[in-house]
Amino acid sequence: MSRPEDTLPPDLFYNDSESRKYTTSSRIQHIQTQMTHRALELLSLRHPSLILDVGCGSGLSGEILSSSAPTTPSGPHTWVGLDISASMLAVALEKEVEGDLFLADAGQGVPFRPGTFDAAISISAVQWLCNAESSEESPAGRLGRFFNGLYASLRRGGRAVCQFYPKNEEQKRMVSNAAVRAGFGAGLLEDDPGTKSAKTYLVLTVGGGELDGDITGVVKGMEGVDVVDGRRRAKDKAKRGEERKGSKAWIMRKKEQMEKKGKVVKASSKYTGRRRKIAF
Amino acid sequence: MKILTLNFLTCARKACKATNAAFPLHPRDAELEIVETDLNPLFIRNILPRIEWDALREICVELGLPTLPDAAPEPAALFAEPIVPADTMQDADEGAEKQPTQLLQDLHRLLLETTIATGKLVCGNCGHEYAVKEGIANFLLPSHLV
Repeated sequence: MSRPEDTLPPDLFYNDSESRKYTTSSRIQHIQTQMTHRALELLSLRHPSLILDVGCGSGLSGEILSSSAPTTPSGPHTWVGLDISASMLAVALEKEVEGDLFLADAGQGVPFRPGTFDAAISISAVQWLCNAESSEESPAGRLGRFFNGLYASLRRGGRAVCQFYPKNEEQKRMVSNAAVRAGFGAGLLEDDPGTKSAKTYLVLTVGGGELDGDITGVVKGMEGVDVVDGRRRAKDKAKRGEERKGSKAWIMRKKEQMEKKGKVVKASSKYTGRRRKIAF
Repeated sequence: MKILTLNFLTCARKACKATNAAFPLHPRDAELEIVETDLNPLFIRNILPRIEWDALREICVELGLPTLPDAAPEPAALFAEPIVPADTMQDADEGAEKQPTQLLQDLHRLLLETTIATGKLVCGNCGHEYAVKEGIANFLLPSHLV
C-alpha cells in the first residue's frame, strides 16, 4: 500500500471526502480506539488530567480521553487537540467533541506555556512531520521544533506517547533521536513486531517526576514486553572516544590498519608510542 | 475555546517565546458562549496550581466578566468538610467523598464552560492576530513568521 505521506501534505491529503472516509470507516475507528487505549495504558495517569492530542484529526482519540467510561483510566480527562487539516477539524466540530481544537502545524512548535500538560498523545501523526513541503524547512528541523515545544509544554514528570508509522528503520531513528535531543527519555515500544499490523509507540518521559526514568520504568510490570536496550552501543562508543589521538592505543590501531592495507610498518616494541626524553 | 486553554496559550512565534508579553494572548472582539459540561472536581483540583491567576484576572477584565479576587483560591477551599468522619474513608478516593463548594462550581463555570466562540487573539509582543472561528483558533503561521 502506498503511504499517504508520500503523496500529498497532510492539510491537502485530508480534504473533506478523505476526512469523512477516515472518520466513518469502522476499521480505522477500531484500530484508532485500540491504539488510544494502549497509549493511555502507557501513560498510566492517576488523576483527571490535561492532555495534549497532537494530530487529533476528527477527535477519534479525544472521544476516548473525555469519556467517563471505566475503560478510560482515571478519566474523564480534558484535552486540547492540534491538527493541520481544516476538514478533519470540521468533522470534529460536527461531532461536538469536548476538547478544544486548534488549527496548527506541530512542525512549527507547540504554542503553550511551559509546564502546561500532564501528558500528551499522538496517534498516527508524527510520520507526517518527516516530510518537508518547502525548501525552507527540513524534516529534522520540523521534528526538532515539535519535540522541543512538546518537551517545554509538558509538566515535570509528564509523559508523552506517540504512535506512528515509520517508513523504515532510518525514519524510526530520526524520530527518536529528535526526541532525545529535545531532552526526553525516549524509547520505542513495538506491538506485533514484524507483522503487517505492527504498531510503533514512541514513549517519552520528562524527568523530575515520581516515575523511574525512561521507558523501562514505564513498561515495568507489563506482561509480554521484551526490553532491548539500544543504549549499550552508545556506551561502547564512549569507550572508544577515550582512545585519544596520539595515545599508544591509537598508534597501535593505526599501525594495524596500515599493515592490513599492505603498507610496510615498523615492528612494535615496548618503546612504541612512548615520549622521547627532552634532550636539553 | 475554553478560558482554561486561553490561560495556557502563548504566541506561536519563536521570537515571542522568550518574552513575557507573549502571554497571555489578549482576546479582541470575542463572542462568548456557555457550553455546559459535567463537573469534574478532581480535574479542577489538579489544574488549579498550574493556572496563572494574574493572567486569568486580566483576561476576565478584558472579556467583561466579573472581577476575580486578588489571590488564587486555596485548594482546601474547593471542598467542604467531608460528611463521613475522615478515618473511615482513608482507602476511598480522596476528594470524591467531599462535597464540592460553590467556589469550585464557579471555577468550573468560568474555566471549562465559558468558551470563546469567535473573535481574535492578539499577541502582546508582536501584535500578531490569531483568528478564532467556531471555537477553533488558527495557529498556522506563514513561513516567514516561523
